Amino acid sequence: MELLSGADMITRFLKDEGVENIYGYPGGAALHIYDALFRQDHVKHILVRHEQAAVHMADGYARATGKAGVVLVTSGPGATNTITGIATAFTDSIPMVVLCGQVPSVLIGEDAFQETDMMGVSRPVVKHNMAIRHPSEIPDVLKKAFYIAQSGRPGPVVVDIPKDMTAPNERFEYVYPKKVKLRSYAPPVRGHSGQIRKAVDMLMSAKRPIIYAGGGVIIGGASKLLTELVDRLNYPVTQTLMGLGCYPGTAKRSVGMLGMHGTYEANEAMHHSDLVLAVGARFDDRVTNATDKFCPGARIIHIDIDPANISKTVGVDVPIVGPVDSVLTDMLALVEESEIEIDQAALDAWWKKIEGWRTVHGGRYEPSTQDSIKPQHVIETLHKVTKGDAFVTSDVGQHQMYAAQYYKFDKPNRWINSGGLGTMGFGLPAAMGIKLNFPEAEVVCVTGEGSIQMNIQELSTCNQYNLPLKVLLLNNEALGMVKQWQDMNYESRHSYSYMDSLPDFTKLVESYGHVGMTVNKLDELESTLEKAFAMKDRLVFINVYVDPKEHVYPMQIARGSMNDMWLSKTERT
Amino acid sequence: MRRIISVLLENEPGALSRVVGLFSQRNYNIETLTVAPTEDESLSRLTVTTSGSDKVIEQITKQLNKLIEVVKLVDLTEGAHIERELMLVKVKATGSQRAEITRTVDIFRGQVVDVNSSVYTVQVTGNSDKLDAFIRSVSEGSVLEVVRSGVSGIARGEKVLSL
Ligand SMILES: Cc1ncc(C[n+]2csc(CCOP(=O)(O)OP(=O)(O)O)c2C)c(N)n1
Ligand SMILES: [Mg+2]
Repeated sequence: MELLSGADMITRFLKDEGVENIYGYPGGAALHIYDALFRQDHVKHILVRHEQAAVHMADGYARATGKAGVVLVTSGPGATNTITGIATAFTDSIPMVVLCGQVPSVLIGEDAFQETDMMGVSRPVVKHNMAIRHPSEIPDVLKKAFYIAQSGRPGPVVVDIPKDMTAPNERFEYVYPKKVKLRSYAPPVRGHSGQIRKAVDMLMSAKRPIIYAGGGVIIGGASKLLTELVDRLNYPVTQTLMGLGCYPGTAKRSVGMLGMHGTYEANEAMHHSDLVLAVGARFDDRVTNATDKFCPGARIIHIDIDPANISKTVGVDVPIVGPVDSVLTDMLALVEESEIEIDQAALDAWWKKIEGWRTVHGGRYEPSTQDSIKPQHVIETLHKVTKGDAFVTSDVGQHQMYAAQYYKFDKPNRWINSGGLGTMGFGLPAAMGIKLNFPEAEVVCVTGEGSIQMNIQELSTCNQYNLPLKVLLLNNEALGMVKQWQDMNYESRHSYSYMDSLPDFTKLVESYGHVGMTVNKLDELESTLEKAFAMKDRLVFINVYVDPKEHVYPMQIARGSMNDMWLSKTERT
Repeated sequence: MRRIISVLLENEPGALSRVVGLFSQRNYNIETLTVAPTEDESLSRLTVTTSGSDKVIEQITKQLNKLIEVVKLVDLTEGAHIERELMLVKVKATGSQRAEITRTVDIFRGQVVDVNSSVYTVQVTGNSDKLDAFIRSVSEGSVLEVVRSGVSGIARGEKVLSL
């Protein structure tokens, strides 16, 4: 039997749970824990420059690996600074455990220094939160936190730790709990076999089928199975912003992203389909456009681990609640056994139609000129230089959509972005979390000059921990996406969407100890990127000036159907 | 449509605020809410009456079920059930009013639980419609104060909501 203080239990538990890196920022209420960290050498702590970045770092790690990222912060402002990061992870179902210091229990409720009701503040943006009420509970509560965060539909879990729970002179028995028992929480382990059978029959007899795959496929570790199913059936597959990479983006059967900035062919194919198989996707408003006009001729099968996602926005015909990997495994087996023959003639005709749609827009954009570089072109060059094999994180705005559209992701867990919450400031710290854990991999953050300034202080953390990632800034000197909406809906009244007084990014990154490069001319673009990516041991920040007038297309027309789209500034469907 | 949702909840600090928070976050409406521990003191029983389309009610039950501390729940209005609410009403009672109020209380099988020279305090139990009806039948202007417990409910017959 081992006696440990609460603080030592925390670090010891993290070691036993297999956690290598945690991300955080110290302060009064967390100091016992920080002292315990100092006295051990299993768990490494990364000191960020702002707590929000610690959460995004943990999030980047979690998105790339599927394992919970771990954050440690102090009470009050330390805790509240994590909220945006927690909400970002919550919206995208990312596993995470956030340990927050709290004022000593006797002071709770007395408006003590740096007291905030973190349980209350975080409640709407967590999968669950728990407060420690006795030091001896620490191992069990932490085990529950990891279990809840990583099982079922994953999400962030906050643990509130009053300072007296970690007092150094009070020791309690520590045993690493191998198992958790929670009578009120039992995530589904299999889909209903009758429903799966029904779904397979529908799938095999469809004439114009489409598979609509979301982030759940990646989070659920089912990308390989999905790929197998798509290839076995020879059906078209479209991915959501969160699902990019779950099926190879360069493969023929992928029709690309769907939704607001989806491809013409994906949105047309959805609209004209007679069967939609939705896998780990949630019929989000950025996908469906007006729900009453959504896929009018289609019957819908929906596989999701969260029953609350079923028929939440769009009613479905065959719901299957269960983990995507298990359900897809069952489906594949039934497809093999099925006596229904796929109508090949109908499928050929459907593919012909899709091939036709591919040629209508085809991701076209005006070519760059020597003095006006198109942002889409920059992403295509990035794809070429990194051989399509980098981890790409992004911030939020036009650059995010260009990265999603033009960097064709062939692997899951490579495209890391804040899809659901759309959090500017996510990209750099997320890239840091990945680079730290995948030091050999190419990691690039595609950003805008608006977004990067929301967490630019983290360039300092990159220097401290030697994180030689790359930052690719698509500099349009504007809050481009806001400006695009103002162009389209407010007669180009650019109300506060310009970016005035930008810093000299090269000087700025140099002062943080990194390398800065600037691209103004088209003929410098590829060579500069080559040079930057050749500098394996340096963080290089590449500031590319792009055409400030460019818009993201296609763009669905609000309140329309899936296939009501603008294709350029002047053409619409 | 009006629904009575009955929830078995871990008797833990913060569990109730999660339930209430869910309703306000997602714009669901709460008409009445009652909560108290059960014979198993690790569990609370919570009853909420709400209304909404079938789609909204389905979301409410699913979202409630997702809360880690919700052990089980049932929509009582889907089957035969008994619902009760308790009401305490203070009414002006002077002169001829006194006899009239006593008569009304009798009709509603209520009880006068406190009396002084000018005021009766009446206790009535029943379903919510009955309590509404009682208030309507006491002459206007004489009701001084109304306290209602909110609805509690239980399924008829053998069906039980338990672990
Ligand atoms: C924290 C936060 N604040 C505001 C917004 C709203 N917003 C969405 S895109 C955008 C503009 C982003 O500008 P920039 O980073 O330069 O990207 P660009 O669109 O120009 O590529 C804004 C302000 C947001 N998504 N996140
Ligand atoms: Mg910009």
